[in-house]
Amino acid sequence: MTPIIEVKNIKKRFKKQLVLDSVSIEVQPGSIYALLGANGAGKSTLLKIITGLLDSDQGNVLVNNLTVTKDLRQVQQLFSFSAQTSSVDDILTGYENLVLIAKLRHVAHPKQLALDLLVQFKLTDAAKKRVADYSGGMRRRLDLAMSLVGNPEILFLDEPTTGLDPSSRNDLWQTIRELKSQGKTIFLTTQYLEEADQLADKIGFLGEGKIIATGTPSEMKHLAGSEKLQLIFLTSEQLAQAQTLLTDFKVQLIDEVSINVELPDSMQSVLKILHLLSTNEIEPNTFQVTSPTLDDVFLKLTKGASL
Amino acid sequence: MTFITDTFTLAGRLIKHNLRSLDTIITVILMPIMMLLLMVYLFGGSIEIPGVSHAEYVNYVLPGILLMTIATGSAYTALRINTDKLSGMFDRFKSLPISKSAVLNGQAVALVIFMMTSTLIVLLVGFLIGFRSQANFAEWGLAILILMGFALAITWLSVPFALAAKSVDGASAFSYLVLILLFISSAFVPVTGMPKVIQVFAENQPVTHIIQAIRQLLTAQPIGNHGWIALAWIIAITLISYLLGTRIYRHV
Ligand SMILES: Nc1ncnc2c1ncn2[C@@H]1O[C@H](COP(=O)(O)OP(=O)(O)OP(=O)(O)O)[C@@H](O)[C@H]1O
Ligand SMILES: [Mg+2]
Repeated sequence: MTPIIEVKNIKKRFKKQLVLDSVSIEVQPGSIYALLGANGAGKSTLLKIITGLLDSDQGNVLVNNLTVTKDLRQVQQLFSFSAQTSSVDDILTGYENLVLIAKLRHVAHPKQLALDLLVQFKLTDAAKKRVADYSGGMRRRLDLAMSLVGNPEILFLDEPTTGLDPSSRNDLWQTIRELKSQGKTIFLTTQYLEEADQLADKIGFLGEGKIIATGTPSEMKHLAGSEKLQLIFLTSEQLAQAQTLLTDFKVQLIDEVSINVELPDSMQSVLKILHLLSTNEIEPNTFQVTSPTLDDVFLKLTKGASL
Repeated sequence: MTFITDTFTLAGRLIKHNLRSLDTIITVILMPIMMLLLMVYLFGGSIEIPGVSHAEYVNYVLPGILLMTIATGSAYTALRINTDKLSGMFDRFKSLPISKSAVLNGQAVALVIFMMTSTLIVLLVGFLIGFRSQANFAEWGLAILILMGFALAITWLSVPFALAAKSVDGASAFSYLVLILLFISSAFVPVTGMPKVIQVFAENQPVTHIIQAIRQLLTAQPIGNHGWIALAWIIAITLISYLLGTRIYRHV
C-alpha cells in the first residue's frame, strides 16, 4: 500500500540549534502513527512542517501524493490539525466554536453539524457555556470535535492527552480508536510510551533530531527492555534464598535487601515468581512492577547509536 | 467570494468578543473621557487660543479626544491579536483551507467597528458637555470617514507589533507611541507655543494633519491641504503595515 503521509529527509534549524536532522516517516492510510519524544525533541516543529504551518530548511512532505508546500490548499482539505495548546476560543461557547469552524470549512449545515458533534463528544450540556469555564478534558474533547468538522481523512493531534486525568485520558483514547475504526488516519505526538503502546500501529521515536527507532509497539517495548519486578525483603538471608530460587530469571541486585527481576512475559512472570517464593515460605516485605520509561528507552537507544 | 464570507465570519467572532467584554469598552473610553473633562473644566480656562473663546475650547479639543479614543482602543486590538497568536487560534485558522488574509482582515473589520463604537460614545459625552458643530451633512460625513481611516491605519499599525510581541503586555505597549504623537500635535494646544524643534515636528507629523482636517470640517471651515495630507498618511501607514503584518503573520 502506498503511504498517505510521506516525510522525506526533513531538516530544520532554529538559528544555531539543529532541531530536525533528516527525519523521514511513512504513514499508511487508516493507521495510527505515534511520534514519541521527550520535551523539546522537536515533535511540534515536525507537525507544523508536515501541516504546512512552518517551512523546513530541506526535504519535503507528501500527503496523498501532493507536495504540502506546493499544493497546500488541496492538502488542507484532507487534514485537520489540533495544536498542543488546544486552540479553542475561550470567549465563545462550545457551540459557537464549532459553528465558526464549520462556516470556515464551508460545510452545508454548520449549525446542525455543530449540534451533532456536541452530542457525539458529550458536550451538549455545556454547549451554551463559555469555553473559559470548561475543564481540561472538555476543552480537549471540543478541540477534537472541531478537528472533525468537514470530515477530514487525516487528523494531526499534538499531545492530545497531556494534562488530562487518567479517566479523561482513557475516554480520549477510546475516541481515537473509534476514529481509526471509521477509517481515519491519525498522526499523534506523545511523551508517553504507554500512550503510544495503547494506540499506535506504528511508533517513531524522535531523539536528537532523528527518528532513532521505529516499529510496532511490541517491537519498541522489546527495544526498551522488559518490565521488572522489584522485591524488597526484610533480611539479606531471605534475599539470598530468593536468589537461589529465581535462577530461571534475570536478577539484578539493588542493595542487601532488594532485587529487580526481569519479567519476560509481564503478569504471567509475576505470578510465577510470587508462587515460587510463597511455596518456599519466603515473603517479600513489599513488591512493585516497574515499566520501562521513555527515559530508559532514550538512554538505551542513544547508547546503542553511539556504539 | 469565499474570501469575503470568511472575512465576515471571522469578524463576527471578534464582534462577539467585543460585545461580551463590555468592561474593555469602558476601559478604552474612560481615559479619553477623563482627559476631555480635565481639559475642558480644569486646564481649558488657562489655555489661550487665538480666535477660540474659553467656552468654545471643547470644540477645539474634541477632535483630539476622538483620536485618543482610537489610540487607547489600539492597545486592546493589539491584545486581541496577541492572544490569538499565543493561544494557537492562528495555527488553527492557518491550517484551514481559507484565504490567508481573511484572518487578519477579519480582525481589522471587527476592530474598526469596535473603535468607531467607542468613538461614538465619547462624541456623545462631548455633546453632553457643550460640544456644538456648524458642520453640514457632507462635512460630518468626511470627518467620520477620516476618523474611520485613522482607525483602520492604527489597527493595521498595531498588527505587526502585536504579532511580534512575545507577551500580551508587550503587545499593547505600542499604543503609547500613538498617544505621544497625540500630545506632540495640535490636539490640545496650538503648536505655535512649542519649542522650535518640536514645533517643526508637530506641524508635520500625521496626527496634526488629521486633527486639523477633522477640526476644520466640524467647525465648517475650509480644510486646505490638511485633508489630502491626512489621506496620504492614512493610506501610506495602512499599506505599509498591511504588507508588514501579513508577512509576519505567515511566519508566526
Ligand atoms: N519558533 C522557534 N524559534 C526558535 N526555537 C524554537 C522555535 N520553536 C521551537 N524551538 C526550539 O526547537 C526545539 C523543539 O521544539 P518543539 O516545540 O518542536 O519540541 P516538542 O517535542 O514539541 O516539545 P514539547 O514536548 O515540550 O512540546 C526546542 O528546543 C525549542 O526551544
Ligand atoms: Mg510540542
